[in-house]
Amino acid sequence: MGLDQVPHNFVTARLEDVVRWGRRNSVFPATFGLACCALEMMATGAAHYDLARFGMEVFRASPRQADLMIVAGRVSQKMAPVLRQVYDQMVEPKWVISMGVCASSGGMFNNYAIVQGVDQIVPVDVYVPGCPPGPETLMHGILTLHEQIRTGELLRRREGSPTGGAGIDLGREPVPVELSS
Amino acid sequence: MSDVRDPKEEEELRLERQTDEGAQELRRPTRTREVVIAGGGMWPEDELGDTMIINMGPQHPSTHGVLRLMMELDGEDVLRIKPVVGYLHTGMEKTGEELTYVQGCTNVTRMDYAAPFSNELVYSLAVEKLLDVEVPPRAQWIRMMLCELNRMSSHLLFQATNGMDIGAVSMMLYGWREREECLRLFEFITGLRMNHNYIRVGGVAADLPDGWEQRVLDVCDVVAAGVAEYDELLTQNPIWRERTVGVGVITTEECLERSITGPILRSTGFAWDLRKSQPYLPYDEIDFDVVYTENGDVFDRYRLRLQEITESAKIVRQCVEKMPAGDFRVQDKKVTPPPRARIDESMEALIHHFKLFTEGFRVAPGETYVAIESPRGEIGCYMVSDGSGKPVRMHIRGPSFYNLQAIDAMGTDSLVADAVAIVSSIDPIMGEVDR
Amino acid sequence: MTDEVATAVVERFPGSIAADSHGQAVVYVDRAALADVARYLRDEEQFTMLADVTAVDHLLDGSRIEIDGVTPERFEIVANFLSHARNRRVRIICEVPEHEPTVPSLTGVYRGANFPERETFDLYGITFDGHPDLARILMPDDWKGHPLRKDDPSARVPVTFKGDPSPR
Repeated sequence: MGLDQVPHNFVTARLEDVVRWGRRNSVFPATFGLACCALEMMATGAAHYDLARFGMEVFRASPRQADLMIVAGRVSQKMAPVLRQVYDQMVEPKWVISMGVCASSGGMFNNYAIVQGVDQIVPVDVYVPGCPPGPETLMHGILTLHEQIRTGELLRRREGSPTGGAGIDLGREPVPVELSS
Repeated sequence: MSDVRDPKEEEELRLERQTDEGAQELRRPTRTREVVIAGGGMWPEDELGDTMIINMGPQHPSTHGVLRLMMELDGEDVLRIKPVVGYLHTGMEKTGEELTYVQGCTNVTRMDYAAPFSNELVYSLAVEKLLDVEVPPRAQWIRMMLCELNRMSSHLLFQATNGMDIGAVSMMLYGWREREECLRLFEFITGLRMNHNYIRVGGVAADLPDGWEQRVLDVCDVVAAGVAEYDELLTQNPIWRERTVGVGVITTEECLERSITGPILRSTGFAWDLRKSQPYLPYDEIDFDVVYTENGDVFDRYRLRLQEITESAKIVRQCVEKMPAGDFRVQDKKVTPPPRARIDESMEALIHHFKLFTEGFRVAPGETYVAIESPRGEIGCYMVSDGSGKPVRMHIRGPSFYNLQAIDAMGTDSLVADAVAIVSSIDPIMGEVDR
Repeated sequence: MTDEVATAVVERFPGSIAADSHGQAVVYVDRAALADVARYLRDEEQFTMLADVTAVDHLLDGSRIEIDGVTPERFEIVANFLSHARNRRVRIICEVPEHEPTVPSLTGVYRGANFPERETFDLYGITFDGHPDLARILMPDDWKGHPLRKDDPSARVPVTFKGDPSPR
C-alpha cells in the first residue's frame, strides 16, 4: 500500500481523503452472480434501484478491471477454486461483499455440496443477509462499504489482523495447487 | 524425479494425472490433428496447432449463471461445443430427503429461481397426489394466476438478458423495469419478491389481500405496454435480425430425441404445451393459445417468448374475472395448519400447529411423477414416500438440464458470437440444472 | 382397469409386472431388458420422448410398497416416458442390486438420456453400459463417494458461532 511510506501530516491526510473519496465513488463490481441473489443484484443495478448514482453501474467482467466482488449466491464445491482464482486476479485495493445467507454462512443448505460461508475462501468485508436480500438491503451493504472506505477502516483492519481478515488458518501447511503451465 | 525428461512424455503424464474436463477433451480424438489447450500459461511457440480448446465461463457475463462451455475453436469458428455443469450443485435433493414435506417447498423453490412458483407447484402437486388430497377451486385459480404471472416475469427476464447478450444493452433496463412491477405484485401477495414459499401442500399459504384485482390488472397493462415497446425496438430491427435469424437452428427430431421441451420445442413447429395437453390446473376453463413458430432459430424463440407474455397476460385477466370464492387451503387438519387466531382459543389447534411444524405429516408409501409446464419446459417431480414424514426420494426433472443438451445440435459449426446468442436463447437457469 | 400400454409391455417382455400407482401406469421390468423395453416403446408404442431417468436408494426405507413378483433390491432405476401422439405417460422401473449396480444405457435409444445417466452415475454410483461419456457431471471430478446414497453422509455442519479469528 503506497500510502504507508508517505509521512503522515496535514497535507497527506487531505491527500488520503481525496484518494478514499475517489475509491469509494467509483467502485466497479465484478460480475460474480451465481444463483438467485444474482437476480436481485441485477435488479439493484437496474433502473428502479439504481446503482449508477454511486458510480457502480459498470459491472466489469474482467477481474483485472474490477474493485469489488459481490459474491451473490451459493458457492458449491466445484465453484470454490474458481472463486479464489477470480479473487486473486483482482488488483488491490479490492473488497468483497458476501451477498445473501448462502454466501455468508452456507444459508439453508447445510450439506456436502455448499461451502459454509465464502469467508472460508476469501476475506469478506461486508455481509449482507437475506434470502435473497432485496435491493434495498444490498444497497445498505454497499453504502456501509463506502463508509468504511471513507474512514479507511477496512485497509487498516486488514493490515492489522494476522489472517488478513479472512477465517483462513495460516498455521497449517499450505497445500500446493497445481496450475497448468 | 529426473530433470531430463522428454517434454512430450511429461505432457502425457500430466494430462493423465489431471481428471478435469479440459484434459479429457484434449485426449479425445479431435477434428484436426493439432490441438492446443488454452490453460492461461505461456504459449508454447513451437507447438501452435490448428485449433484451440478454450473455456467460456464459469465466470463470464454472457453465460446465464455458472455455465462453463468448452469450445474447440478454429479462429472464430466453433467446431465443437460442450457444456460443463455442476458449478451450482447444491445437494438440494439430499436436503429434500432431510426436510419434512411441509418444509420441502422452501428447498424446492430455489431450484429454478426465475420461476419459483413452478417449482413449488410441481412439488405440492406430487405430495398432494401421494396424499390423495383435493385442492379447493379458489386455491387452484390462485395458483394458476400466480404461475402465469411468474411466466410473464420469467420471460421478461429472458428478454432482458437475451437482449443484453446479443448487444441491445438497453433491453436489460427495459426488461427489469417491467419485471420490477411483477415482483412488487408478488411481494404484495406473497410477502417476498422471490423464492416465495407460497404455494404449499393443500393450497396456498394465505388468501389474496384486498385490492388485488386492480393491482393485477395494472401490472398486466404495464407489461403489455412494455412488450409493445420491445417489439417495436427489436423485431424489425435489421441488426437484431442479422444476429438471430438462421442462428442456432434445431429441428423437431433433434429436440425430441434429446428430451427437449418448452419454448425450444415449440419454436420448431411442434405445438406441445402441458397446459393444453395434460392440464394440471383449470387451464381447460380458460381461453388461450399455444404459441409456436416454424424455424427453430434464435429469432423464433425470442418472438415466441414475447408472444407468450401476451398470452399469459390474457390468462391472468381471465383469472381476475373468474376467480371463485372459497377456501384457499384444503380443510384437512392433517395437512393445513389452523388459523392463527384459533391457536389462542383451542388446545387442539395448538397441538395441531405444533405437530405440523415440528414433525410434519406422514405420507403413505407410494411413488409418483407429476409434470407441469414451467417457462422453460416440462418440470417434473418424482417423489417416493415410505410412510414417514420425509420423502425417500425427491427428484426434480429440471427442464434446463435437458435443454442444455441442445447446445451441441445448435452450436456446432457456428461462430463464437453465435454461441453466446444460442446459450441465451436456450434460457437455462443453472439452479435447476445443477440442483 | 390396467393400462393398455402396460399390458402390451408385459406381453412383449414376459416376466415384467404391471402396476398402478395413484392412477399412473408403471411396469417393473428386468434390468437387462431396459434398453429393449425403451426401444420397443419408442418404435412401436409411439413414446417419442424420454422424460426422465433417475434412481432411488431404498436402504433406509420405513416401509416399502410391495409388488407381487418383484424382488425388491436396494436401488431402483426409474425411467418416465411420454407419448405426444397418444398423450400418455408410462413409467418403467427396474430393480438394481447393490453388489452389481449396472444397467444398460438408454442413450442408444434416446440421446437425451446422456446427462441424466451421468447424473445418476455421479450421485448413486450406478453404471450404464454403453454410455458414450460416463463421467461425473455435478460433483468435482476428483470427488470420492456418491452423495445421494443413503450411507453417504450429508456432511451437515453443526451450527455454532465461529470465534472471531482476528482481533479488532
